[in-house]
Amino acid sequence: MSEHIVSPRVYVGVFLALMVGTGLTVFAATVDLGMWNTPVALVIAVAKAMLVVLYFMHVKYSSRLVGLAVGGAILWFVLLIAGVAMDYLSRNWVGTPGT
Amino acid sequence: MSSMAESAHGTEAHPDLVHHFESLPAQKEAATFGMWLFLVTEVLFFGGLFLAYTIYRNLYFHAFVQSSRHLDLTLGGVNTAVLICSSLTMAMGVHSAALNKRRATVVWLLLTVALGSVFLGIKAVEYKDKFDHHLVPGEHFQGEELHVVGDEVRQAQIFYSLYFAMTGLHATHMVIGIPIILIVAWMAHRGRFSPEYHTPVEMTGLYWHFVDIVWIFLFPLLYLIGRHH
Repeated sequence: MSEHIVSPRVYVGVFLALMVGTGLTVFAATVDLGMWNTPVALVIAVAKAMLVVLYFMHVKYSSRLVGLAVGGAILWFVLLIAGVAMDYLSRNWVGTPGT
Repeated sequence: MSSMAESAHGTEAHPDLVHHFESLPAQKEAATFGMWLFLVTEVLFFGGLFLAYTIYRNLYFHAFVQSSRHLDLTLGGVNTAVLICSSLTMAMGVHSAALNKRRATVVWLLLTVALGSVFLGIKAVEYKDKFDHHLVPGEHFQGEELHVVGDEVRQAQIFYSLYFAMTGLHATHMVIGIPIILIVAWMAHRGRFSPEYHTPVEMTGLYWHFVDIVWIFLFPLLYLIGRHH
């Protein structure tokens, strides 16, 4: 794995994007988007996290083995949340007792 | 360690190459992969709390909205910006180490520590406010502050339990990270790193950026529920 020097310009660009993303999150939270407020907040957060992982944490320039570890973390996290959410979040939809 | 490296690699070997690795890049790849495996466990460590949050927020949405509104949006927002700035200074620290800029490395790392400390200071102010307003879960929890009554007082305590657990675990990571960055800054000051070997700076950077990512999710989830009503 050869060292990849990322230009400070890239870092500053990512930094600015993260700041804009933060402002956007706060703004989006003050607007009534109905059921979409939470998904929008999460999409912005995921985009910000991806910027940090790819550029600040150099995953974009790292080996596939490192990418596999990152993918593993995401996969198990999603399984954890989605597996349980399938139960709890769907209860309200069908009016199952116990909510 | 260096004498072992010599025995395996000959006298020309880099002094930071330990004997069981073939080369510095191989050594660095192992360190990076190991650090990422640790971060995977960290994702699942926080994952349990995010899962609890998802369930209770869904069950007790109104109490969560009322509780979230009592959090200070300005302080939370400023802290988010502070942490993003500290991620930039950390990235610049790693960058400087890779370019063998010893002084710049130390300065960027110390800036990161300063920003991390500002974050913790603001967090302390926020915690104090919750103690002052009796919003710490337990016997003296006061639902009136949040305009909730009956069962929702209990539900609001679940929000604040999660708030303190999640931000507390996050802050604990920063409290651990700051001395690590200080040690790495000291090592940089002593000239321990080179373009070929600055793995400790890079691994510390990975840890610090991970802590930043956790906050990127905590901020909207805790501070921004139902702000448009």
